[in-house]
Amino acid sequence: MALLYDATLCIGCKQCEQACAEQNKLRYDQKTAAETVQSDHKYTVVLTKGDKFMRRLCMNCQDPACASVCPVGALRKTAAGPVIYEEDRCMGCRYCMVACPFSVPKYEWGKTLPKVRKCTMCPDRVLAGRPTACAEACPTGATSYGERDDLIAEARKRLRDNPASYINRIYGVNEVGGTSVLLLSSVPVEEFGYPVALPTEPMPVLTYRALSHIPDLVTVGTVLLGGIWWITNRRSEVAEAEKNESDIDKDKKEK
Amino acid sequence: MFRARINLWAVVLWLVLPAGLYALVLRLVRGLGVSTALSDSFPWGLWVGFKLFAVALAGGGFTLAAVVYIFNIHRYRPVLRPMVLTALLGYSMFIVSLIIDLGRPYRVWHPVIMWNPHSVMFEIAWCVMLYTTVLFLEFVPAVFERLGWQRPLGWLHTAMIPIVIAGVILSTLHQSSLGSLYLIVPGKLYPLWYSPLEPVFFFTSSLCAGLAMTIFESWHSNKAFGKHLEFSLLAGLGRVLAVLLSVYLTVRFLDLVHRGVLPLLKLPRTETYLFLFEAGLLVAAMVLLYQRWVHTHPAALYLSAVLVLLGLVANRMNVAITGMQASSGTYYFPKWTEFAITLSLVASAFALFWLAVKYLPIFPAGEVVPAKRPARAPEALTELIHAGS
Repeated sequence: MALLYDATLCIGCKQCEQACAEQNKLRYDQKTAAETVQSDHKYTVVLTKGDKFMRRLCMNCQDPACASVCPVGALRKTAAGPVIYEEDRCMGCRYCMVACPFSVPKYEWGKTLPKVRKCTMCPDRVLAGRPTACAEACPTGATSYGERDDLIAEARKRLRDNPASYINRIYGVNEVGGTSVLLLSSVPVEEFGYPVALPTEPMPVLTYRALSHIPDLVTVGTVLLGGIWWITNRRSEVAEAEKNESDIDKDKKEK
Repeated sequence: MFRARINLWAVVLWLVLPAGLYALVLRLVRGLGVSTALSDSFPWGLWVGFKLFAVALAGGGFTLAAVVYIFNIHRYRPVLRPMVLTALLGYSMFIVSLIIDLGRPYRVWHPVIMWNPHSVMFEIAWCVMLYTTVLFLEFVPAVFERLGWQRPLGWLHTAMIPIVIAGVILSTLHQSSLGSLYLIVPGKLYPLWYSPLEPVFFFTSSLCAGLAMTIFESWHSNKAFGKHLEFSLLAGLGRVLAVLLSVYLTVRFLDLVHRGVLPLLKLPRTETYLFLFEAGLLVAAMVLLYQRWVHTHPAALYLSAVLVLLGLVANRMNVAITGMQASSGTYYFPKWTEFAITLSLVASAFALFWLAVKYLPIFPAGEVVPAKRPARAPEALTELIHAGS
C-alpha cells in the first residue's frame, strides 16, 4: 500500500499532523503544531511557503536504506508497504539515521534509553485494511491512500488532466528505487528540503555490491595465504636442512 | 629529563581520567543528548571518528603477523608482539567507545543472535568479535610464558598458522568494511571523500597506519625502556611504508581525477583546507620516507611515521565529521565530554601498554634494559589506581 500527497489540494490545516500524533500517542499542542521539523515527537510536518504547502514524512521506501543498514534487523520493510521498527531489537547505533537519504529517522536524544522514532505508515491500520491516520484525517483528499500502482496511475492522470497546475514529476516513483509515499506539487520539492539528486537504483545496492564479495574474498584469501605459507615454510625447512648438512660436512672435514 | 617527562604523563593522566570518568557517568545517567553535541542532523560524531582510527592504528597487528607467520620473514619477529598488543588495545578501545556510543549499550550483544547479513554494521560487529578473539589468542602466549604454562603454549603454537590466517582475513574484511559504511551516503559525504573505492582506501591506509605505528612505538619503547632498537629493521619498514603510501596516494589521486571532483579544490571551503591538510601530511611523509638520510636518522624516521599517523587521523576525522558537515545543515563540534572520554581511552591504552611491557615478555628477553634510571611511571600508575579505588 502507499500514500499519495498532492500539495495542490493541501490547505495546510495540519489535521494530518494531529491525527499522526494521536495515532502514535504523542502530545500535540500549539507549540508542537508550530514546529516545522520532524523529530522524536513529531513524525510528520506540514511545511508552508507563501500559499504553498508540502508534507514531510517517512517515504517508506520500497527497498529502504535504513532496513538494509540495521545490523540487528530492527527496521523492516513489510509486504504491505510500511517500514516498521522493532524497538526491542534496536541497540542504538544510529546507522539508519546516517544512511537514510531523506534523513527521516530521529532519535530520543533527551532520554537515557532512547529509541529511533519515525513515521511507520500506521502498520496496524494498514494490516487491518484501513487507511493511515493522516490519510483518514485529511479533509481535502490531499493525502490519499491506496495501492501503489493505482496511486501512480491516479497521479499520472492528474498530471495529464491539469498539466498547468503541476511540476511534471511524480516524486517517489523512481527515487532510490521507488517509495511508498508519492508526491505531486506545483513547486519543486527541493524548495521544501527534499533531495532531488537521488539515484534511481535502491540505496542498499551501493553497500551490497561491496558486501557480496566477502564469501569469495574469504575463500580465495585463505587459499592464497595458506599457499604462501606452504611455500615460505618449505623454503625455511630446506634452508634449515642445508644448514645442518653443511654443519655435518664441516664436522667431517674437521675430523 | 626522563623524570620530567614521566611526571608530565602522570599529570596528563590525573587530569584526563577523572574528567573522562565524570563524562562517562554523565553519558550513562543522563544520555547522549546531554553528554554529546550530537543531534538528529548529526547523529555520528567524534566517537565514530575515533573508532575508525583506533582500528586503523591496529593495522600493524595483522600486517606483522602476516609478515612473520605467513611470509616467514623472521627478522621482524621482535616487533610482532608489541604490535599485536597495540592491535589488541586498539580493538579494546574500539569496543569500549562503541559501547559508550550506542544508545542502549547493554544491547551490544544483539548482533550475535539478531542477524542482518546485508548490513555493513553487522559485518563489522562480527569481525570485531572474531578478530578480538584472534588477537587475544595471538597475545596470550606472552601471559603463558610469564606464568610458565608450557602445555597451553604448545597447543597455541600448533594452531597459530590457522589463527593468523583467520586474523589476516578478518582484519582485511574489517578494515575495508569501515570504509564500506560510507558507501550508502553518496548524497551526504562530501565528494572529496565519498568514493566507491572507500573500502579499498580504508584497507590500504590501515597497512600504512600499521607500519607507521610500529616505527612510532619502537621509538618510544626505546626512549622509555632503553630497548635496543634494531634500526635497520625499522628503516626496512620505512621503505615498505614509502611504497605503500605512494600506492595509496596514487589510487586516491586517480579516483579524484576519474570522478571529476578535483575542481572542488578551487572552492574556498573548510572541506578544501582540511582535505589539503590531510593530503599535505601524507605527501610530506611519503617524500621524507624516500630520502636516504631519513633511513639513517631515527628521529627523522620517527617524525615521518608521526606525519603518516596524523595524516590518517585527519583522514578518518574528515570522513566521519568534516565530510558530513555540509549536507547536515548544522555545525557539529564535539562537547568536552566527548573529548574527555576519547582522551581517557587513549590514556588508558597507553597506561595498559606500559603495564604490559613492564610485566610481560612483550619485547624479546634481554632487550629491555633493567631500569638504569628510576622507573617512575608504573609507580605513578599504581598510585593513581590506588587513589582511584
